[in-house]
Amino acid sequence: MDFAFTEEQTLLRNMVQRFVQDNYDFESRQKIVDSDEGWKKEFWAQFAELGLLAAPFAEDFGGLGGSAIDTMVVMEELGKGMVVEPYLPTVVLGGGFLKHGGSDALKGEVIPQIIEGAAVIAAAYAEPQGRYNLADLTTTAKKDGGAYVLNGHKAVVLGGPWVDKFVVTARTSGGQRDEGGVSVFLVDKGADGLTTRDYPTVDGFRASEVLLDNVKVDEANVIGEVDGGLPLVERVIDEGIAAISAEAIGVMKMLVDDTIEYSRNRKQFGVPIGSFQVLQHRMVDMYLNYEQSVSMTYMVNIKVDEEEAERKKAASAAKVQIGKAGRFIGQDAVQVHGGMGITEELRVGHYFKRMTMIDTQFGNIDHHMKRYAALSD
Amino acid sequence: MDLAFKDDDLAFQKEVRDYIGAHLDDEMKRLGAQSKNGYIDKDGIVRWHKALAAKGWVAPHWPKEYGGPGWTPAQKYIFDLECARAGTPTLSPMGLRMVAPVIMAFGTDEQKQKHLPPILSGDTWWCQGYSEPGSGSDLASLQMRAEDKGDHYLCNGTKIWTTHAQWADWMFCLVRTDPDAPKKQEGISFILIDMKTPGIEVKPIITLDGPADDQQEINEVFFDDVKVPKENRIGEENKGWTYAKYLLEFERGNTYAPSIKRGIRKLRQIASAEQDGQGGALIGDPDFRAKIDDLEIQATALEFTELRIFAELAGGQNPGAKSSILKTRGSEMQQRLSELLVEAIGTYGQPFVQDTFVKSNEPRPGPDYAAPIAPAYFNYRKTSIYAGSNEIQRNIMAKLVLGL
Repeated sequence: MDFAFTEEQTLLRNMVQRFVQDNYDFESRQKIVDSDEGWKKEFWAQFAELGLLAAPFAEDFGGLGGSAIDTMVVMEELGKGMVVEPYLPTVVLGGGFLKHGGSDALKGEVIPQIIEGAAVIAAAYAEPQGRYNLADLTTTAKKDGGAYVLNGHKAVVLGGPWVDKFVVTARTSGGQRDEGGVSVFLVDKGADGLTTRDYPTVDGFRASEVLLDNVKVDEANVIGEVDGGLPLVERVIDEGIAAISAEAIGVMKMLVDDTIEYSRNRKQFGVPIGSFQVLQHRMVDMYLNYEQSVSMTYMVNIKVDEEEAERKKAASAAKVQIGKAGRFIGQDAVQVHGGMGITEELRVGHYFKRMTMIDTQFGNIDHHMKRYAALSD
Repeated sequence: MDLAFKDDDLAFQKEVRDYIGAHLDDEMKRLGAQSKNGYIDKDGIVRWHKALAAKGWVAPHWPKEYGGPGWTPAQKYIFDLECARAGTPTLSPMGLRMVAPVIMAFGTDEQKQKHLPPILSGDTWWCQGYSEPGSGSDLASLQMRAEDKGDHYLCNGTKIWTTHAQWADWMFCLVRTDPDAPKKQEGISFILIDMKTPGIEVKPIITLDGPADDQQEINEVFFDDVKVPKENRIGEENKGWTYAKYLLEFERGNTYAPSIKRGIRKLRQIASAEQDGQGGALIGDPDFRAKIDDLEIQATALEFTELRIFAELAGGQNPGAKSSILKTRGSEMQQRLSELLVEAIGTYGQPFVQDTFVKSNEPRPGPDYAAPIAPAYFNYRKTSIYAGSNEIQRNIMAKLVLGL
């Protein structure tokens, strides 16, 4: 048993830490968030140069052959900076779909583009009516010669405004919530009939509603099995959960540290408020929640490559822990900061917002409690 | 002990319902549905205030001699219920519920004549000058200086978290008139400041919910050599802390349950509109339902606590330290409600719509009801912080209710 990081992983962590230190202090982050574009494309080129975009891909495609643990290290550090550039959508989700389901031709074409920073991808898997059920799809894909014709509406596609390609889930057969009949497509953003409605999110990211109106996709761009795509979608989303858990512990760490620091400096009644026992106990509980979340993040990232049932349980368990701990830590960080905690001025409120939104991504606490329970039967 | 309404109560209920029905306009309803902090815009709030004032119903808690309606506890309760049922706009409490009782109890006849009628009619908007950057939970440490200059005070300092200062005509303000008093509580005076006085600057504080221009809820207010006539002081010099605490009991001692129950009804509606991803509505999910029911049971306990407390009070009184019970439990339930609303809307909690009040031809991402919900959740973190944080409320209850 070994919980140590390899030398490469430590170097990777240091590199991302340095990037965040140099480019992503709170003021710089808010400037990026408030800019018209909402992200900095030059950072994406920098990610490519640093090899971050290559980390989890096989060496055959120019990748560095890293594991989920490498992604975890990157995401944790990006979380500390609340970095908005679409690492999770492109590398973890887009890259994950291609890695696990792409044809050799598609992998050979697109993965090197991701690694170079030339292909930015977002995952359009959610739909307005679907809540967190990945199989609840009303988007259809109908075979038409050597192509598929897609129609439908994909909801809250994170990173949507910035990308070149979407991974789109659609129904090729079966009823709206059937497990069979799900297929996955790689669709160019510029495809005829594809439009987006772009907007900011409450936590400073950007997202799109993606509308597909008779969008023609060549069958070469099907990812994975036609009609049999759901296990692939579930696998990639579980990897997304492992990655977002790592982002979450980065966010939590900042919330806990900022709160302790604030309680040391803020004086009321002639003493630092951190000397009040009622606040000390609360901060200890925040710390306990953080430590439990770190453990669950390691657990899910270790188990994410295991067989399906084990992976699903690990992912759902981690997401529940992250959701509950995130709520506790976020709310109490704001409370200890008092009025300052609800202003845009301090970063603590922004971490709180990010933390809150992490629970709504890839299924919230309730969704994963139910999924875990079903797997435990 | 019984709850049954008598015949004249039922007639009163019908009268209230009819009057609200006739005066709550569509614009108020539309804005109310999109509000993230209980308030709508200033115009709408004032319009509703005046509609109630015209009927003599805007100040249920005022004694009759000052223009209160002289209702029984049952009538006040019915009125609250009917307002909550209809979703009437939240009125600005700073005049009606906060400074007015202080003026009635401690003001001079001139002050009463000058200030109470326009508060009642809705012609003046008030704000509260209590907290300062260095004085939050430790309010009595406040530093804003009011120097005695004969016929006036010369005021210098900063107030913070000032709700709707940008709309206010007047501020009631705690200032330090004796910096050398042996106890910090002893050198404070309670004064009324005309917000048009030269030397006052109002700077918006942007909260996490991302308010639109001029819709910010809170501000920082700077005072630079602001002259305040001495006749604007309430009560005795250096005795302001007594009046300040009296006011706080009114600020905290509200009813929370009717609006929480209204929020729960809205939550049930939204959960009925939301799909569960399994072919049903979210409201059919037993786990989510149990959370709503749990909150509703808690709100019922609060409702009956409020009824018990307020049944004992005559017009113009407040529940004293027991108001901390209401503030603590009320704020906790408001927050829980806002949390469940975020859970209910799922992924569509993420899109940010800055000005939820603006009518737009562009379709919003997600259902219309979703737009204010995550911002409201962020905004409602304030409720366990403002009016004395819940930690302070628990200190008060430990000391004054339990005698510890």
